[in-house]
Amino acid sequence: MELLIDLVLLAMLALTALRIIFLKDLFAVVMLFSIYSFLSALIFINLDAVDVAFTEAAVGAGISTVLMLGTIAITGRTETPPTKSKLLPLLIVVVTGAALIYGTLDMPPFGHADNPVHEHVAPRYIEESPKEIGLPNMVTSVLASYRGFDTLGETVVVFSAMIGVLSLLRLRKRDADKNPESGIKAHRVLQVIAKIVIPMIILFALYVQFHGDFGPGGGFQAGVIAAAAFILYALVFGLSNVFKVVGPKFLRILAVFGVLLYAGVGVYSMAMGGNFLDYNYLAENPLSGQHYGIILIELGVGITVFAVMLSIFYAFDSQIERANIQ
Amino acid sequence: MLLLDIVSGVLLIFGAFFGLSGAVGLFKFPDFFTRVHAASVTDSIAAILVLSGLILQTNLDLNTAKLLFILIFLLITSPTASHVLAKSARHGGLLSMPEKEQKKEIES
Amino acid sequence: MTTVLAAVCITILVVMALALARAFNADTVYDRILGVNMFGTKTVLFIAVVGYLMGRPDFLDIAIVYALINFIGMVAVLRFFEYTAPID
Repeated sequence: MELLIDLVLLAMLALTALRIIFLKDLFAVVMLFSIYSFLSALIFINLDAVDVAFTEAAVGAGISTVLMLGTIAITGRTETPPTKSKLLPLLIVVVTGAALIYGTLDMPPFGHADNPVHEHVAPRYIEESPKEIGLPNMVTSVLASYRGFDTLGETVVVFSAMIGVLSLLRLRKRDADKNPESGIKAHRVLQVIAKIVIPMIILFALYVQFHGDFGPGGGFQAGVIAAAAFILYALVFGLSNVFKVVGPKFLRILAVFGVLLYAGVGVYSMAMGGNFLDYNYLAENPLSGQHYGIILIELGVGITVFAVMLSIFYAFDSQIERANIQ
Repeated sequence: MLLLDIVSGVLLIFGAFFGLSGAVGLFKFPDFFTRVHAASVTDSIAAILVLSGLILQTNLDLNTAKLLFILIFLLITSPTASHVLAKSARHGGLLSMPEKEQKKEIES
Repeated sequence: MTTVLAAVCITILVVMALALARAFNADTVYDRILGVNMFGTKTVLFIAVVGYLMGRPDFLDIAIVYALINFIGMVAVLRFFEYTAPID
């Protein structure tokens, strides 16, 4: 049954990718991209990679669809036909593809128990993490504790993405004060429903943030979902209204605060006599030290991701509104 | 327990049936507004039946609450989405089938 | 019970495939959005049913995320149409 579902989903994924290539209307491409993300998240679910599916559903299908639509609204909806010859790129792609397929021939058999992936560090994590860290969700243990350094790096990457976007797309407060005429703002049904739905979304984001130790989820997903709630508010009520709740300056402080919280936990554990990000020294008992450390750094990740996602959306949306005023 | 299983199975099967009929309607119906109607059937009745079929399989724990949350959320949002979509199509100048025919008659 | 769940699961997959076909080849741009929206809501049901089929009810968290994200995506699409009128 699982194999059948996998095959059907993979077939749909391949068809969607093919259809995207042949479409010229970029709006339709964005719509199909959101289906593509939904499908790949479904495949992750079927492979039991619940945390990855979570991220893919929230980021790939949610935030990136919104941002891509924003991009199209700024740049235009139709694809410019290519002027140069397609022959050389096609040749390169075919050769690379053939080399990659040839490379898969050396791969170990799919799903075999003796594969290198299953013999490297995975058995140690599976056997030792209940004793060393004691969280039911092993993914969180690996992500936040064993690989805490990598996750810090990822958080910094997300943070620098915000710096990049904000230095390219300047956000002008003066323009944001003007409220452009928008039909969606006169849409009563949507306003009432959004007011009901937004608290539910924020509540769920908090659940994901603090339940990540026990089930799928964690700081990254929670930050994205919380940002999605504010994005919904901005879409329905306009940017100038959402600026009254969380302003762009405050978001910048939040983004920095998240990264500093994460790094601060590391420095604090050094001050307590351990290594950088060694949570064992955070409390008397190494196990509860691990728990404190993981909750704190997940909070840091959540805050940074929330602030970065929302800032990037602000940057895009203020461009759109400005273009609309002119 | 057996009775609950039977009821739950019946609900699930009916839900799947309504989902399928809505999908067929998505292709068979003549204009956009009737197709919205077909699609929103799958969003409302199929979701209610399938999710309540699943609720009957839980033993009143966190999963029941989650399923109820999904059900309530879908019941709030999907009719809204259908409504907003139809309204937006109307503003965009899309005509229903009788209107199109009327327009043709006037033109000819 | 497993057979019923499996049958429902396959039916929902078929419905998803039909919605996908609608999104691939749509008469108007609104039909495409309709197909995408229907695909999204059917995935929510699919994940819930698959979670029970495989005995992993923690999949339900992801079903909730799908439901939330699908709605926000729809609102974003309609907001987009305010600024650029549909071509076809």
